[in-house]
Order: sequence, then C-alpha cells, then structure tokens
Amino acid sequence: MDIAEKDIMEQIRQRHIEWEHQLYAKAIKENPERKTKFKNLSEIDIKNVYTPEDTSDLEYLNDIGFPGEFPFLRGVHPNLYRGRLWTMRQFAGFGSAEETNKRYHYLLGHGETGLSVAFDYPTLYGYDTDHKLARGEFGKCGVAISSLVDMELLFHGIPLDKITTSMTINGPAAIIWAMYIANAENQGISKEKIGGTIQNDILKEYIAQKSYIFPPEPSMRLIVDTFEYGFKNVPKWNTISISGYHIREAGSTAVQELAFTLGDGVEYVKAAMKRGLSIDDFAPRLSFFFNAHNDFFEEIAKYRAARRIWAKEMKALGAKKTRSLWLRFHTQTAGCSLTAQQPEMNIVRVTLQALAAVLGGTQSLHTNSMDEALALPSEKAVRIALRTQQIIAEESGVTSTVDPLGGSYYVEWLTEKMEEETYKYFDRVERLGGVIPAIEKGFFQREIADSAYRYQKEIDTSQRVIVGVNRYQLDEQPSIPILKMDEKGEERQIRRLQKLRTERDNSKVQSYLQQLRKAAEGDENLMPFILNCIHSYATLGETCQVLRDVFGEYKEQAIY
Amino acid sequence: MAKKIRVLVAKPGLDGHDRGAKIVARALRDAGMEVVYTGLHQTAEQIVNTAMQEDVDVVGLSLLSGAHMTLFVDVAVMLKEKQMDDVLIIGGGIIPQEDVPRLKKAGIAEVFGPGTPVEEIVSYIKKNVKR
Repeated sequence: MDIAEKDIMEQIRQRHIEWEHQLYAKAIKENPERKTKFKNLSEIDIKNVYTPEDTSDLEYLNDIGFPGEFPFLRGVHPNLYRGRLWTMRQFAGFGSAEETNKRYHYLLGHGETGLSVAFDYPTLYGYDTDHKLARGEFGKCGVAISSLVDMELLFHGIPLDKITTSMTINGPAAIIWAMYIANAENQGISKEKIGGTIQNDILKEYIAQKSYIFPPEPSMRLIVDTFEYGFKNVPKWNTISISGYHIREAGSTAVQELAFTLGDGVEYVKAAMKRGLSIDDFAPRLSFFFNAHNDFFEEIAKYRAARRIWAKEMKALGAKKTRSLWLRFHTQTAGCSLTAQQPEMNIVRVTLQALAAVLGGTQSLHTNSMDEALALPSEKAVRIALRTQQIIAEESGVTSTVDPLGGSYYVEWLTEKMEEETYKYFDRVERLGGVIPAIEKGFFQREIADSAYRYQKEIDTSQRVIVGVNRYQLDEQPSIPILKMDEKGEERQIRRLQKLRTERDNSKVQSYLQQLRKAAEGDENLMPFILNCIHSYATLGETCQVLRDVFGEYKEQAIY
Repeated sequence: MAKKIRVLVAKPGLDGHDRGAKIVARALRDAGMEVVYTGLHQTAEQIVNTAMQEDVDVVGLSLLSGAHMTLFVDVAVMLKEKQMDDVLIIGGGIIPQEDVPRLKKAGIAEVFGPGTPVEEIVSYIKKNVKR
C-alpha cells in the first residue's frame, strides 16, 4: 500500500469504529440481535459487516488475479460460462442396466449434457450380483454391473465419443473403467476419443464413504496405474475425482471437506511422482468433486479457496504446465441436507445450493431430487432437479460475468479464512505422519464424527433451524410417489451372468485371470492385464477376486 | 442402581453410510446406555451372534442402501430362531413409509426416519425395552 492508500484505510478504520459505537450500537439497542454469535457451518464467526480492512492484506494481482491466471482464484477458464455452461450431469443408476439405460435416455432427452453412473453396493465392492454378500442389495443404491455385457446394455444407443460419463467407482475403479473402454472399443470408438471420469479416490473411502476393498498400499498402486495408463492411452479421461463430497456427507464441516480433500489430492500426486511419473504428464487429468451445502457464502468461498490452494500446492510440487495447476471440479448438492419432512421444500434448498456451486465456478453439477431422503428419485423429481439447473443457467443472469462475487469484502475474507484453516489441518496431518498414517490412527474419522454429532445436537436443540424438521413442521406424512423398480431385474441379471459364464471362452478367461494374478504379484502396470480379462468377458467379481487374493482386504477400526 | 440398558448398533449388508449409526451410538451412550457398535459390513448372522455374545437388550439396525426389506427382516427372523424374542429391534435410515408396516409385522418394533431427534430414540428405548 502506498501512502495515499494507507491514509484512506486509516479513514475507513476510524469511520468503522465510529459506526460501531454510534449507529450500530443504537440499532442493536432498538433491534437486539437474534443470536449472540453468528457462525457458519465451519464454526467460523461471521462479523456484522465486512469492509476494505478485511481484505487489506490481499494484493489483487498476486492473491486474486484474473480468471484463467494464477492463482486461479476466480476460475480456471478466462470466460467461464460466457463460453460454455457447466455440464449438467445427474448421478443416476438403479436396478438393472436396461432400466438405468432408459433413465439415461430420459435425462438426455430433457437436456442433460453428461452422464453420471451410480453403481449398486455389490458392484462398488467388486462382487457379482449372485455373490452371497450381495443379498438384498441388487440395484438398490445404483445399477448392478457384473460384466461387460451389462456395460454394453447400460450404454446402449449412447454415442460414447460424444457424451462424457462420470462413474462413481473406487475400489474396483480400474476394472469398471476397463469395461467402459472395452465397450467403446467394441463399438469401434478408440480410446483417444472417449471422455469422462472415474472417481477412483480410495483415500476418502477410508475416511468417509467406506466402500474400500484393498489396503492402502495396493490401492494406491492401482490408482497410479490408472494415472499412467490414462495419460498415455486415454488422454481425455479424468483418471481421478478427488472427492470432498462424501467427507461432507459423513458430517464434516466445509473447512474439513476442503482440507481433507486437498490433502488427499497432494497425497496422490506424491504417490505418482514416487513411481517416477512426471507431474505435468498426469496432473492435467486430476479432477475434484465437492459438496454444496446450506451456508451459501461459505460454499462459494470454499470453491474459490480450493482453486487457489491447489494451484499453489501444485506449483510447489514442481508443476510447470498451466493445466497442471487447475482445480476443475464437479459439484453435487448436499444429500444430507435433504429432509424427509415436506420434501417439496428440498427443491428450494437445492436451488440455493446449486446457485452457490455456479457462483463458485463449478465445471459440472448434479442437483438432488426432492424425494431423495425417501428413496431413489422418480422421473418427475429428477426432471425438476435438472430444470433447476437450466433455470439458473438460462434465466438468472448469473452466468453473464466470471466470478461475480470476486472482490466482495465478505467473500474474499472468508475465502482467505478457509484457506488459513485448511493449512492448519495440513500441519496437523503432517505431524501425524501424513494422510495414510492419519487414516490408520482414525484422525479424519474422529474429526468428522465429532462434527456430525455437534451438527445433530444443534438441530435437536433447535440452535440450528431446519425448516420442516424443528420449525414450521406439518403433522401430515409426505405423500409423493416413490420410484418403483422392475422386480424381475435381479432374476434377469443372474440368468444373464450364468449364461455368460457358460458361453464365453473359459480357457481364455482363466488364462487372462492367471496373467493378471502374476502381474499383480509383481509391479507391472495392471491396466492392460485387466483389459484383457474384461475383453474376454471375465466378470467384475472374478477379476476383483484375483486382486483380493493377491492384495488382501482392508478392515477398519469402527470409531463413533 | 438399575442395570444399564445394553444396545447393539449394527450396520447390516454392504452399506457404508455410517453417519447416522455413529450419531445414534454416541447419543445412546451419552444417555447412559451401554453401546456396542458393530462397525460396517455385517451379515445378519454376525449381528445376531454379537447380540447373543453381548447379551444386549436392544438391537438398532441402520441402513440407507434400500436393502432393509431383506436385511432387517433377516436379522429379526434369526433373532427369533435363537429364542431372542425379548430383544427390542428398532431400525433407521432411508426407509419409505410404505415399507414400515411390513417391517413392523416382521418384528421391527419401530422405524426412525431422517430428521428424527436422537432424544426420541432414547426415550423410545427406555419406554419399550423388554428386559
């Protein structure tokens, strides 16, 4: 600051003190404040007003900058939504591959611009539908995919070279990805032409979502295998989606979501560099996934802070390419914020959350359906959720300028505050020996459980108001139609699996599975071996079992 | 002093959503009950065995995956087979209202959906525990 600026700042400071003691003091005498403290969901105290004093330490060119320029606080793309809107990508999957395929065509027909696959629990754990642990779970939380045959049905009639697909799969991510690649290849579409994302983020599985299979070390190996295979062979694919979403859903605060996610991200980068990969080869294909919860400005600040922290961290790790510094992210509105009470009100919650994601510069967005605290979404509910995005995009005007909240004293202050808090967590994790030792010590799990419990207590004691839950309740039960699944789906799927196991060339399958086993025992990149298994129609369960045999399974210490 | 109520909080099946189960476990403990939490990925058999070994008065099942019609019922049937009819079974999670009557018929005494204050679960248990 030069002398003139310092002088102006001093005037502001003095005026602020006067305002506080005179005007504000008088105002709160007449209208006492509703609470003694105003806090956001991360327990950060929010002041009554923000002024240039709160952002006086920020230098525009270094700390904020222009969209598309370091530190990318204002966005990774110079013209953001003025050029291309975010991808409207609804997470969907239930029952059999045929039913889910119908839902995809329905969503695309209503203007969705990308696909996102939800898999059922057996698939997430690498079990075929007829495995004994799959009992009761077929198609419940997503679609069941046990083999390449199911994958073919899932994407029937969808041009894989034109539509990008995100797949929420972690433990068996490499195998499911191989199915997607094999399906495209069988349709004559080469690997270079397909685009999409596999979640492939095992660290947050241990921390929060809990659909892990293998222990950390072989899991990290598989992930680095996909990084390497990806940039060499499937260059348009995002080989990981480093996810805060599930950390938040498990009960973390926004700060914890931000800190734990970016910490995981750095851990993956270090693991790949340890393998000898060059950061600028794989880093451009890393992507992120965040939650959009209720506190509007806190969420916006979180996305902005995430971009700046990531750019700085990547630079510190030696990244040179601009794209390596970009934090590109998908957002999903907070499932845990939906209420079963007066479910229509969820449309309003989702609108606000989605708006926060857009003002935060998201690259793609899923909006939850109003009925998701009750069941998987009905067609009507998911259409309303998609229309919510379309209204924000086409009617609200918020897409006309890049980072419209940049420069807001409050938003810039909060962005910086969240960054500071994130670095405090980085230090704590470092002192525990890094991300994996901290997982093994239960650090993240305990932090999240504490926050979740506190949040619930606040609701139970009405310190935190949730409309329809602890205030403005109705006595009547919700009466909205619930999705019904095809009851024959499971039977059909099991018949299909059994038919496949008898009709395929089983000697070829066994030989490829054997080769995979050998490779897993060594240290080669496993992707080509997995692809061979999948092309020969080895099932998910069979392929995963080979890796289970070699790698073992992870068991967690239950902490509450 | 009265004997403490012993509760098993259990996660049947493959579902990994454990936020609710952990909050309920902690709240019951804070309310003075003795709580055993199974952790994730339990088969019905494992849950029933733990319930027997720990000699619990209450089994609380949590499931958000939608598999409750199979897995809650499995636990209830198996507890009955082991003559543990006097154990109070309750459930919670993402459970459509229309499934509740069938669950109650199968022996799940009460179902607590999203938005239930934990205090409600505490007082329900205190009022309805059978032994």
